[in-house]
Amino acid sequence: MVYENPDGVKIGLEIHIQLNKLKTKMFCGCSTDYHNAAPNTHTCPVCLGLPGALPVLNKKAVEAAIKVGLALEGKIAEETQFHRKNYFYPDLPKGFQITQYDFPIVSRGKIVIEGEDGEHTVGITRAHMEEDPGKLVHIGSIEKSKGVLIDYNRSGIPLIETVTEPDMRSPKEARRFLDKFRNILEYLDVFDGNLEGAMRVDANVSIYGGTRVEIKNISSHKGVERALLYEIMRQKNVIRRGGKVVQETRHFDEGRGVTLSMRTKEEAEDYRYFREPDLMPMRVTDWIPAIKETLPELPDAKRSRFMEQYGITDMHARSLTSKIMLADFYEGVCAEGVDPKLAATWTADVFLGELNYRDLAISSYDGEKIGFIHAKDPRIKKSFKVSDMVELVNLFDEGKISDRAAVEVIRTMLDTTEEKTPSQIIEEKGLFKAEDDLVTKAVAEAIAENEAAVQDYLGGTEKSLNFLVGQVMKKTKGTADAKTARELIIKELKG
Amino acid sequence: MAKWMSVAQVKEKIKESSAEEVTAHYLETIGKSKINGYITVSDKALEQAKRIDSEGHNGPLAGVPIAIKDNISVAGLPNSCGSKILERYVPPFNAHVIEKLLEAGAVILGKTNMDEFAMGSSTETSYYGPTANPWDLERVPGGSSGGSAAVVAAGEAPFSLGSDTGGSVRCPAAFCGVVGLKPTYGAVSRHGVVAYANSLEQIGPIANNVTDIAVLMDVIAGYDHRDSTSIDCETEYQKALVDNVKGLKIGVPKEFFGEGIHPDVEKAVWNAIHKFESLGATWEEVSMPNIKYALASYYIIAMSEASSNLARFDGTRYGFRGSGENWHMMVSKTRAEGFGTEVKRRILLGTYALSAGYHDKYYLKALKVRTLVKQDFDSALSKFDVLMAPTMPNPAFKIGEKIEDPLSLYLSDINTCPINLAGVPSISVPCGLTDGLPIGLQIIGRPFDEPTVLRVAYTFEQNTDYHTKRPPEVA
Repeated sequence: MVYENPDGVKIGLEIHIQLNKLKTKMFCGCSTDYHNAAPNTHTCPVCLGLPGALPVLNKKAVEAAIKVGLALEGKIAEETQFHRKNYFYPDLPKGFQITQYDFPIVSRGKIVIEGEDGEHTVGITRAHMEEDPGKLVHIGSIEKSKGVLIDYNRSGIPLIETVTEPDMRSPKEARRFLDKFRNILEYLDVFDGNLEGAMRVDANVSIYGGTRVEIKNISSHKGVERALLYEIMRQKNVIRRGGKVVQETRHFDEGRGVTLSMRTKEEAEDYRYFREPDLMPMRVTDWIPAIKETLPELPDAKRSRFMEQYGITDMHARSLTSKIMLADFYEGVCAEGVDPKLAATWTADVFLGELNYRDLAISSYDGEKIGFIHAKDPRIKKSFKVSDMVELVNLFDEGKISDRAAVEVIRTMLDTTEEKTPSQIIEEKGLFKAEDDLVTKAVAEAIAENEAAVQDYLGGTEKSLNFLVGQVMKKTKGTADAKTARELIIKELKG
Repeated sequence: MAKWMSVAQVKEKIKESSAEEVTAHYLETIGKSKINGYITVSDKALEQAKRIDSEGHNGPLAGVPIAIKDNISVAGLPNSCGSKILERYVPPFNAHVIEKLLEAGAVILGKTNMDEFAMGSSTETSYYGPTANPWDLERVPGGSSGGSAAVVAAGEAPFSLGSDTGGSVRCPAAFCGVVGLKPTYGAVSRHGVVAYANSLEQIGPIANNVTDIAVLMDVIAGYDHRDSTSIDCETEYQKALVDNVKGLKIGVPKEFFGEGIHPDVEKAVWNAIHKFESLGATWEEVSMPNIKYALASYYIIAMSEASSNLARFDGTRYGFRGSGENWHMMVSKTRAEGFGTEVKRRILLGTYALSAGYHDKYYLKALKVRTLVKQDFDSALSKFDVLMAPTMPNPAFKIGEKIEDPLSLYLSDINTCPINLAGVPSISVPCGLTDGLPIGLQIIGRPFDEPTVLRVAYTFEQNTDYHTKRPPEVA
């Protein structure tokens, strides 16, 4: 099957990511751990742009950028070169941003995604290093705030801006690209996507080979997909009404789900780029072999290995490798000798589903337990032990608990803060699988007490059987195996 | 106490009396000043000197007072850069050179007057009024480090620090009859000096004699990890002070003796060259064909960098703030009211030179010319040990004489700015007087070959008495 792309959609992305796993900022020694800090406490003369302060390049940031470039199979520049991008804005303490211009650290890379019609390659035009500006804080809301406060804690946080080719053909592909990119960055241990403002996306989109429109500063992958869906619809309607799409920059209103015009091409700024005279070029070619050695197994390689080593399906392998912490957790469970296929089903299908349902985002794995934070309130933290998953899968494997009981154990563990093992929960809730004679007894009772349903079933009303099974489950408090109960009823009534 | 003292004499005086008495002597002289050389006199100087006396200090400059140009950050002292926009700005940190000076035991007397943001050659563009030349109070001291040179010439400090972007140490040294060195680009850390044009400027010492220049260089030069353009050259500057130029090869670039040069200046410089000849050196004329484009290239690069460097002065975080109903108006008012005419002119010209459509025509072309100028120096300095030329084509002009004619002011940098494009070291030493006004001889060396430059300058000083001449008006 080939995807025909009926509207000729072309999407290119510009993604800013913070290298927030680094300890210090891009050009000074200030800590990057600013998210819970009081405003302007992670600052120094350099990131405040005080007169006389000079930037000094953070070697670790360059190494991280090279690592990203290698993971994207890009070309790494022989030396670093920085430019000044000049513009006035209150969050920009020097009146210019130090960035890379015509000589980015990475060029011509790629990422393979699961596209509309199978594997699809998205080209990476370039990836360059730059510094984050500070942050404007409005008291109340932008409209109501009487003044603007500025927090320079973010000023100088190392960023990588990645620009893709316009290779994505649908909003879904754009979202898949972002998911994959984030996944790769987390595998490289240079990025924590759970932190606020860690990834900001500008999306460029055109249809039917027409003019492209840029949507600026979207903060979530889902937001990118929604913004693009709206924007494509808007452009189609403009053309349908005989109009022309104009080249412009738009902004996405998350609340209303619409894009709004910010400025047209005529208002484009002139950034007066020139070489940053305070930073000398730094040759990095010699660093590359050593950095290559630190590259971890990347998602695609891990997926293939999982399928081969554990005999699991492509779907399960894809899901388990979609987060490095989840992949490590799964391997931790398998290492304890449980059936890897069962472990995959319980981890990828059930466990992950329950996490998503609760808006819990995986945020850590320490070899013993996997941790999550609440996507909307990072202060809510939970975790799940490898040993608990091992116990649960083994109990199920040995036929001691039903699948329904196992699901309930997982839910209980995610919903309570008490430290209890699966066995303890099963014990307390009486979830062990019912003994056979108990089920037989319940079947007999159900038949005896529901004459009408029995007659209906024998008369050909199939759904009456479900009612009887339900009665058995009720009598055994859910501990009976539904399939067994069903078989027993049929046997009893039809011989 | 003698009005003009070398560092060695100052140290002798401290031994005889105390650091406190020496500092008090200079503060008293400053108090009677007729030249407006200081923007800020430090209220901590005496206290600092007392501490040196009571606690003892074995640093090479223990108790020796020094004056600092007002664009070099001293923690706790205002750092106005000669501008209204930074009138109330007090840096919370010390420049690298200040750290080094304090470690060495130096006492900071105050911050000296300068052209606003070092943009000028006369110290007339200062928001705090012009500094007078001690040799003739109606004349300019040169610039932009006019205050730093004038206070040394007037005996208001034994030595000082300036900064040299296109001649800003050497020009006032020449006009005020003192010694000034622009070190090789990278020899002295720029950490803490407020940038005018980063790729061109260096902090440089100003003193009454070559020895004190070397003393100061031994303290301030060297690698600093906070300045990525800083280089560790491990030079021992005082060791270079040897009275010997036998076999020295001097190149005399004829482009530095161009149209408009004052005949007495030309004569004095040739006398100096002949003096070296008599001491065993040889000289030869050399042509540096691209020097004629240096001034244009210099101003485009300096203004372009300045337009970006000065963007941070927007009233948002520190310094002067204009009033406006929103941020944009506040920034506009701040910059309109906070910057002087010359600074605005250079920001505008630099912004223009970097703008789309003009960038290649001006900025890129200027960079190409810079490369050619540098090649001229490389080639000349491969044949000669040093190059000699007039520092300034003319002696000090009258206050107000050129201020309305920026182009003629720019032209006065014609012999100094090529050196900054090439990044090489250059010293200006007194080599005579014309109508009672000092003339400066410029000695240019190879990159990081300050030792040769200092040796040649020292030899000149040992065999002439120009450096002993003092301005009569302030005597």
